[in-house]
Amino acid sequence: MSPARRHRWTAAAFLAPALLVLCTLVAYPIGYTVWLSLHSPDGSRFVGVANYVEMFTAPDTRRALTNNAIWVVVAPTVVTVLGLMFAVLTERVRLVNAFRLALFMPMAISFLAAGVTFRLVYDEDPNRGMLNAAIVAVHDSFSPPSPYPGATVREGSGLVASDDGTITTGVPVTAGEPASLPLVGLPVDALPAAAEPARPPAAGPGIRGVVWRDFLRGGAGRAGLVDPGELGLPGVVVQVVRSGEVVAETRTDASGQFAVPELAGGGYSVRLAAGNFTEPFRGLTWLGPGLVTPAIIGSYIWVWAGFAMVVISAGLASIPREAVESARVDGATEWQVLRLVTIPLVRPVTVVVAVTLGINVLKIFDLVLVLAPEPAQAEANVLGLEQYHASFTQLNAGLGSALAVLLFTLVLPGMAWRARVLRRHQVVP
Amino acid sequence: MAGSVRRGAAPAAALALLVLSATGCLPGAPAGVGTGPLAGQTVEVAAIWTGAEQAHFRAVLDAFERRTGASVRYTSGGDDLPALLNSRLAGGAPPDVALLGQPGVVAQLARRGVLAELTGAAAAAVAANYPPLWQELGTVDGKLYGVYFKVANKSVIWYRTDAFEEAGVRPPQTWPELRAVTRTLADAGVGTMAVPGADGWVLTDWFENIYLRVAGPDRYDQLARHEIPWTHPSVVDSLSLLRDYWTLDRAIQDDPLQLKFVQAVADVFGSRPQSAMLFQADFVAAEINRLGEVRVGGGARFFDWPSIGGSPPAVVTAGDQAVVFTGTPAAMALIAFLASPEAAALAAEQGGFLSANRNLPASAYPDPVTRELAESLTSAELVRFDLSDLTPQAFGGGTDASMWRLLQSFLGRRGGPAELAAQLEAAAQHDFGVACGPARQPCLGGSR
Repeated sequence: MSPARRHRWTAAAFLAPALLVLCTLVAYPIGYTVWLSLHSPDGSRFVGVANYVEMFTAPDTRRALTNNAIWVVVAPTVVTVLGLMFAVLTERVRLVNAFRLALFMPMAISFLAAGVTFRLVYDEDPNRGMLNAAIVAVHDSFSPPSPYPGATVREGSGLVASDDGTITTGVPVTAGEPASLPLVGLPVDALPAAAEPARPPAAGPGIRGVVWRDFLRGGAGRAGLVDPGELGLPGVVVQVVRSGEVVAETRTDASGQFAVPELAGGGYSVRLAAGNFTEPFRGLTWLGPGLVTPAIIGSYIWVWAGFAMVVISAGLASIPREAVESARVDGATEWQVLRLVTIPLVRPVTVVVAVTLGINVLKIFDLVLVLAPEPAQAEANVLGLEQYHASFTQLNAGLGSALAVLLFTLVLPGMAWRARVLRRHQVVP
Repeated sequence: MAGSVRRGAAPAAALALLVLSATGCLPGAPAGVGTGPLAGQTVEVAAIWTGAEQAHFRAVLDAFERRTGASVRYTSGGDDLPALLNSRLAGGAPPDVALLGQPGVVAQLARRGVLAELTGAAAAAVAANYPPLWQELGTVDGKLYGVYFKVANKSVIWYRTDAFEEAGVRPPQTWPELRAVTRTLADAGVGTMAVPGADGWVLTDWFENIYLRVAGPDRYDQLARHEIPWTHPSVVDSLSLLRDYWTLDRAIQDDPLQLKFVQAVADVFGSRPQSAMLFQADFVAAEINRLGEVRVGGGARFFDWPSIGGSPPAVVTAGDQAVVFTGTPAAMALIAFLASPEAAALAAEQGGFLSANRNLPASAYPDPVTRELAESLTSAELVRFDLSDLTPQAFGGGTDASMWRLLQSFLGRRGGPAELAAQLEAAAQHDFGVACGPARQPCLGGSR
């Protein structure tokens, strides 16, 4: 045996275990997945490309593809930009390491735990969800909530509740004849402490009437009539309208009475302004159909920004000091140094970070599964989740494998590029 | 599946348990002691229960150990018990006995030939203690495989008594009364019905309760087997009632699709009540007790699902049936014991447990509320198993299952009843695997 030949045998002997592991754990599953993707749900029948056709025609998958595209464009970009910002800024603060540690900490949490945490952050109810609690607090400090949210007309009272939120008398009101405006739907503790028992409206000059909570404990009260013990609604904005124009505006007193003595004649209507009853601002439905994908991307950014920062910081540390210092000596401003010197020098690292994240984002699954509520999962769908549902909910191994093959194909170019970069630069993020 | 409260993080827990049980690290395997007829033999039992429920079941198993001398090892599989069983079966080492919540899964296992038919003392105990309905539910293709150890009453609506007092209403007994009560509660401003639409299984239970009352038991059975299409007028009528109630002015809370079941319990019985009623099974009581704000039987009570169009008292139920994988004498003896009134009494006295055992005296239940829940289950003229648990998993049995998803979009006011019925039928044709022709030939129900 020639030495060269022996060499080859030795090499083969050393490579064999690794090759065996690669074949059983990587090549075989890939091959089997491709085989499954060409077969019926239970793997018994060859169906050709039918699974792929179904995959590209089903609306679920189309939504998943769109969402994946959004993820791939938005998430890596935002994470990389944030990482760069943090990396540059933390170079200048004291307690650098404490700051970096805090930013890096989310990386130590699994996506499952992050998902559960953000479920609480994004909860729609401001009493439970942190984000909505903050938004509502800010909103309410600018525009205070209405006094009687949710109040509505007593059925059969002749009042008309319009779609625009106003409540109007159904029949014309004449001066001297008091109007009754019975409202319901208010819990008794929603009334201000100053509210006094309502009195039946007394006759008198002008347009007058009473606005009150027409409900007694136990439902004992008569509908549309002021019963003893029923409370007036103070501070309701009352408008008197004639042929579409507001001729007077007033507020009810502590017992719900209002009066505009100077008006005479008939044909008026009394209108309670919409502002009295508007539902309180409750924040946004973060995990509803419209916002669910951006919201989940937000939590992804929270998890990964620290990673990008740490890697880019390492890149920053390795750029030559002289370049930056000579730029400063030449009179460049800090902004110019950042834009024209630092960023170009650190670009290879940022690109590697972005591509790594891009690959990572394509496979996103657990965060969406945990964070998106069931009804919004269709809107938040991504390829990974669709693959899971196809394989394990619908028990369709064929379709699930076809999706896996698609995902694999999408990841390949990024992987190939990254492998090349790694070999050339030995950049190890 | 649809009967279980705990969902979500189960896969991870199940995986951990899988590893633990594979390595034999699970605690709770007492040395088989005693001198009974089965001394020295070991039985392994798998079920979904953990925590307090596991402890309660353990007490029953301990009694079996004392009586027979056999030792019983308990393995908890969490919500993914079927997956655990499948992997144990693939590995050739299934547990001796398992308690399963889905009749569909039991039928699949029986047809695969991995279950042992109940014979001898076990079969005799089932025949002696269980009403025909429950015997039938444990039977696949004419052979008895399962005994229902624990059952649930899924036809009760829980309410806050202070809200009902404030509004001056009494528990409704008919559907129009329920509408009127809801209306009065809304007028009083004390909150109305909480509908946790973020959990699809809750919505399937809404539909099933209405459908059983509108269409009657025969149609219910036919629909469960997909022998009548989902476009049948009875389905459309039921969906119309559902839509009518859900869209009644102020009848349910805002944005129901964001509300999860556990949060809904807190919204009704927590410290800041926002709603006054919650429809769900007897296990709501455990959640109310966990919150600790109001007392079950005091501030929290229930009424039976109201009658629709004069329908007789009916209950939608669910339950865990014990099946045997290895026909060892000890496993069969355990089944016979679980089917006995003694075992049911032991489990009942610890609370949170309803039994279908007809020889269990009502006095075995520890408190009046549980007794009433059991009463309404045993006295109902019609009892039917949760329909979604009878259908294939892809249709009724999990997140993203067709029936869950479609009812959620219906609650979100997308599409009308007829449109939903058509969508359900299209999904059923796909998920049941067999299309039912216009001639309504019998279709193969259940498993594929």
